[in-house]
Amino acid sequence: MTPLAAFRTYRTPILFSVMACMLMGVGLLQSWGVALTILNMCLISAIMALGVNMQWGYAGLFNVGIMGFAALGGLAGVLVSMPPVSDAWQAGGLGIGLGLLITFATVMLCLWLWPQINAWRSRYWIICAVILTGYWLLRVWFDPGVDAIESINPSVTGYLGGLGLPIVLSWPVGGLFAAGVAFVIGKIALGLRSDYLAIATLGISEIIIFFIKNEEWLTRGVKNVNGLPRPVPFEVDLQQAIWFQDLATRVGLDLNDASSIFVKLCYAGLFLLVLAILLWFSETALKSPWGRMMRAIRDNEVAAAAMGKDVTWQHLRIFVLGSAVIGMAGAMLTTLDGQFTPVSYQPLRFTFLIWVMVILGGSGNNWGAVLGGFFIWFFWIQAEPIGLWFIDTLTAGMDPNSAIKAHLLEGAAHMRLMTVGLILLIALRYAPEGLIPERKRL
Amino acid sequence: MIDVINAAALLGNFLVIPGLTYGSQLALGALGVTLVYSVLRFSNFAHGETMAFGAMLTILVTWGLQALGVSIQPLPTALLALPFGIIGTIAFTLLIDRSVYAYHRQRKASPVVFLIVSIGVMFVMGGLIRFIIGPNDQIFFDGARFIISARDFKRMTGLEEGLAIRMTQAVTILTAIVIVILLFWFLNHTRTGKSMRAYSDNENLALLSGINPQRVVMITWILVATLATIAGTLYGLDKSFKPFVYMQLLLPIFASAIVGGVGNPLGAIAGGYVIAFSELILTFAYKKVIQYLTPDGIEIESLMQILGTDYKIAVSFIILVIVLVVRPTGLFQGKTL
Repeated sequence: MTPLAAFRTYRTPILFSVMACMLMGVGLLQSWGVALTILNMCLISAIMALGVNMQWGYAGLFNVGIMGFAALGGLAGVLVSMPPVSDAWQAGGLGIGLGLLITFATVMLCLWLWPQINAWRSRYWIICAVILTGYWLLRVWFDPGVDAIESINPSVTGYLGGLGLPIVLSWPVGGLFAAGVAFVIGKIALGLRSDYLAIATLGISEIIIFFIKNEEWLTRGVKNVNGLPRPVPFEVDLQQAIWFQDLATRVGLDLNDASSIFVKLCYAGLFLLVLAILLWFSETALKSPWGRMMRAIRDNEVAAAAMGKDVTWQHLRIFVLGSAVIGMAGAMLTTLDGQFTPVSYQPLRFTFLIWVMVILGGSGNNWGAVLGGFFIWFFWIQAEPIGLWFIDTLTAGMDPNSAIKAHLLEGAAHMRLMTVGLILLIALRYAPEGLIPERKRL
Repeated sequence: MIDVINAAALLGNFLVIPGLTYGSQLALGALGVTLVYSVLRFSNFAHGETMAFGAMLTILVTWGLQALGVSIQPLPTALLALPFGIIGTIAFTLLIDRSVYAYHRQRKASPVVFLIVSIGVMFVMGGLIRFIIGPNDQIFFDGARFIISARDFKRMTGLEEGLAIRMTQAVTILTAIVIVILLFWFLNHTRTGKSMRAYSDNENLALLSGINPQRVVMITWILVATLATIAGTLYGLDKSFKPFVYMQLLLPIFASAIVGGVGNPLGAIAGGYVIAFSELILTFAYKKVIQYLTPDGIEIESLMQILGTDYKIAVSFIILVIVLVVRPTGLFQGKTL
């Protein structure tokens, strides 16, 4: 067996060991805390990439709204875990509740009305009138409620708070949120031309972010929600626990380091568990008749439709499923951060970086997506120091006060944008199958 | 009666003229997207950045001209710099086409792959723009500010409300009209334009009748780069140049193209105005207008605003959704380039 053939056969274990070595390297050279932080983010990225891979790799659906679904997951983290603000509920709960009820009633009325009047000439006007009336009623109840909530202790709360439940519950809830939005979007845009889904998801993700930034009664907007509850113990508590002090001395680590590493390991264990379950489900699904059908639809929609498969319905299902996974990962990310910061949702970081992970890792292959998640996140984190070092070396001979050098150093920050684009272009051209290509099945 | 005229002037000042200006900018942008769609058959996500790139080049040349002391008062110097910006953008777009898109075209890649490629191009361009000119606001407007200022208008007519026409607004609307006329003349009356239409209508038939596909693609990119530079510069003149904003323009531009029916230039123009006016109509605060129209003594407490200005971006999305649900082929279905 030639070395190249051997590499091809054992590609997955080899590449994963390379990744492990890189993380180890960070652990040995920088610190184990940093390595574990990167590992945790790698795990979350891998889960997001898995979700995108379901949509793109299994079904060929192009979702440009990953950021929005991840943000919905983050919102779920807040709504599930934060303690409720009872004053705010008393002040504005009624208005908000009535507002939501009116919205629901209006939507239901429209859905019920539409088939009844479908043959009428004035059908659009009637629907328009219903929506406008509903909207006006909504504003009448909603606006005072919102004002009341936002005026209660705005520097600390000023929002409704959450349900005060364990934050781990928010992971499935985040998935549900994202799935709900994905269902509506898919219902509208799927079955039309393929790029309509891209444009529709681009739009909805922007709007979700705008919504989260502006609706302070629900999310505190740009004031952020800090101090989310944690599923793992706090470092301070650990440091005071006697069993932990014993453990730390036995391992021979400083108490501070030990507690921080222990917490990160706890997170890593939780994320790894989720990733493993998802991977197992995805792999089983891909091998099942359902997976075969999805590939058939992806490779030739017309032929699959001719075999009696409902292409649009299957697309909708996989789109909702993939978005749910992304939403879940979004909730996990907020859990790890311990805070919800709407401004941190940037399309480059949350949509396109994930795309690069999937395409570079190997679209259609779950292990590829996971590996892509690890690799790309690792380089995303390490790129800034590398880029700065590169520019620094490049301009080493220049006068330290020169304007050109300052400009170049300033520009180094934008190199990420360009690098992501270049990697995407190069991968699409020279390695469209990715690091771990999809397995050929007979 | 005078109240009605005052209300009309108010609407004209804050709704009609800004709507026409913004609509023209969107229409020019949507025309570019539509051209790429109908000839090259993919949704070009890099169009917003192409606009920003063109505007950036124009700004750089404008600064150069300003430093040399060249000006065409009362018109903004940027108009003089525009041709240079266009040429630079054309060169850059053709370079991108050669190095990136040509390969995938040869392999007959699917539209979705092209779409992803265009996103890659978008990032490379975005990075380049931020690297060269920086991510901050750049103001490059000079020349006279107003053609008619609100105060002049009030003095001329004796009304309470002023109807101002800013220089940039007039320049934008007039340029858009000229460009659209030129474009339609080109598409309908020149041999090259006709060959483009033939190619977009039926590629195989066009190839059979001896149309050179490479030439058609090249002409398309030239037109797209020209339209994008003009649209980007006009937008930058009217509001201000900020790279980030051009990325956000992508959604309204796509919405405009789809509302009019993708691949239909007339539709793209109509779509641009539909989106622009809907945005303004839905986010305009009607309080003052209603005060003029109602008898005196009635106090209106709220701003009478249908949607907060923060949700401007949602408007184009809502319209997009309505069109996709009700009439996915757009307003002008059936007619292509």
